[in-house]
Amino acid sequence: MYRLHYRELWCDPRRYWFGLGAMAGVVLIGLLSAFYMEHNGHWVTGMTNHVVWGIPHVFAIFLIVAASGALNVASIGSVFGGPMYKPLGRFSALLAIGLLAGGLMVLLLDLGRPDRLIVAMTTYNFKSIFAWNIILYTGFFAIVGAYLWSMMDRSVNHYYKPLGFAAFFWRLILTTGTGSIFGFLVAREAYDAAILAPMFIVMSFAYGLAFFIVALMAAYWWAERSIGDLRIAKLKNLLGVFIGGVFYFVAVYHLTNLYAARHADLSSFFLVSGGIYPLLFWFGYLILGTIVPLFLIYSPAFEKSRTAVLVAAVGTLIGGFALIYILLIGGQAYPMNLFPGKDVLESSMMDGQIARYVPTFAEFALGVAGVTVSMMMVAIASRMLKVLPDTLEDEAPAKS
Amino acid sequence: MSDDLNKSSAHGVDSVCVEPALEQQQRRAFLRNTVIAAGAAVVAPGLLITVAKATGSGDVTSNQRWGMLIDTDKCASGCTACVEACETENGIDLVVQPKRNPDHLWEQQRPQWIRKVKLQDQQTGVVTNLPIMCQHCEKPPCCDVCPTGASFKRADGIVMVDRHICIGCRYCMMACPYKARSFIHQHVAEQRSHAPRGIGCVESCNLCAHRIDRDQGGEVTTACQDACAAAGHHAILFGDLKDPESALAKALAEQTSRQIRADLELNTGVRYTNI
Repeated sequence: MYRLHYRELWCDPRRYWFGLGAMAGVVLIGLLSAFYMEHNGHWVTGMTNHVVWGIPHVFAIFLIVAASGALNVASIGSVFGGPMYKPLGRFSALLAIGLLAGGLMVLLLDLGRPDRLIVAMTTYNFKSIFAWNIILYTGFFAIVGAYLWSMMDRSVNHYYKPLGFAAFFWRLILTTGTGSIFGFLVAREAYDAAILAPMFIVMSFAYGLAFFIVALMAAYWWAERSIGDLRIAKLKNLLGVFIGGVFYFVAVYHLTNLYAARHADLSSFFLVSGGIYPLLFWFGYLILGTIVPLFLIYSPAFEKSRTAVLVAAVGTLIGGFALIYILLIGGQAYPMNLFPGKDVLESSMMDGQIARYVPTFAEFALGVAGVTVSMMMVAIASRMLKVLPDTLEDEAPAKS
Repeated sequence: MSDDLNKSSAHGVDSVCVEPALEQQQRRAFLRNTVIAAGAAVVAPGLLITVAKATGSGDVTSNQRWGMLIDTDKCASGCTACVEACETENGIDLVVQPKRNPDHLWEQQRPQWIRKVKLQDQQTGVVTNLPIMCQHCEKPPCCDVCPTGASFKRADGIVMVDRHICIGCRYCMMACPYKARSFIHQHVAEQRSHAPRGIGCVESCNLCAHRIDRDQGGEVTTACQDACAAAGHHAILFGDLKDPESALAKALAEQTSRQIRADLELNTGVRYTNI
């Protein structure tokens, strides 16, 4: 055993400030886009009365789901007692807070009335899973913040275990809540499935960990610190298991849909006939987001390759984004069947027709700004707080 | 503690030089009073609104449940009288297409409270025409999912949106099984005083609630019903579902009607015959 030294993430100031400046630029473009959308109204977006949640929601849900998953590394260290993961706990908690903040920013700025945030925070309909989510998200900040504090301040370290457990259970409830946003929509065929809540939990495991791996490797590259092969191997193997888990749930979701006659059309829309959606499913989710990462993770040829791990993690993120896009946008584009056994000949509300959605630059910029805000928060906090160990080598260079 | 405070305030200038313990007490008292005042400021408007609602004259009560029966056999192909009347009545015709907004997008973004749909049976080829609007469910999914409670159901069964607390999240639109809700995508310059609307909020048919609330006795009708009758079709019948003497209740008792998406068991206030 050796003592860990946590140190602020120092790197060459020019590199740091240039990186931060670039990120600030991206965020600024996103904020200007949000202002443009709010100032004019949502008619400047691709969103309509048919596809009411567009690409900003895809980003927001993706980040929120990943946030709870990013905390897993800390949970493995504290709840399940994994010694290899414990030194990563602080960074894991920080990343979780950052990702959630980025996701919520996008969600908020895409509201029809973001100026009424105070209404959302003070007027609750407790029958709404959305209202519960507001409480779950706020609670997540508080609990994970306290958890991070207990990891960093020795005087409150005795709360580390109970807070670790609390954060772990809170994150499970939070992701269930996020998944349930869809599970409660009985009207729409794509969402009315209980499997969505556990599926979102496994998705959060995979995307949170993928974010974690990318952020950790970037941070250590940035500060020219080193990470041991064994630790990387542990993380990438775990990612492989989670990618497989997501695939299992996706397969069950579609197979059960294909079995039930009334849902078969929906899955054939997602998988074969739906235009952009099958394309995203096969190339985005399945090949880029599942097969390629699994190959890179488990192939002996890439056993020692750091680049392969990074590509696998990035591929997982792209695949995850595609999967959420298919589910969220495709689920709205697919027509609701108000009149079974009848064809709709005429309707001004596009009954029976597949709705079209083309995201605009402004929507996309807002979403990207959400991801960048997360990264910025992590970058700034890592430089100011002692969240990352001096070294993550498998064997410490010197005992102290 | 309050005695100490009184003394200190009575001493005027001396009260500035209070002992640390007393100063702390003063601070506590100040904080306590601030919290009480802030609490009162938050709670009082709510109480006042509740009182105002309770003491209003034409009270909305659960003695009525407003609903509709639509006879699709009488609904004529190509006729959009109900849609046009609704748009005029509720100021939807005042919502103008933004200059740079292309027609195909505007068609999907403009508000619609009621729409005409033409259906054909896949087996028999029989064609049916009918209007669809908010179905005023007894258990409305839109109200269940609304985070702030802006979507609500009145005691008389009308489902509405409180546009003062709607945050524009559009979750209700995701939840509505009938695509009956519209989001206001643009600024609205002109509007009818009885049908206020604002950018970034969601809205839908409210069964011409302003007519019901303004009722001075006699039969209440909706704009769509009037227009349908004026066009000579009489396909829409509006009334009180709970009043056995109402024309609506009698018509429902006489013929078989159905709900759209009855499988969801929402017990809609709008019913259809001959679908």
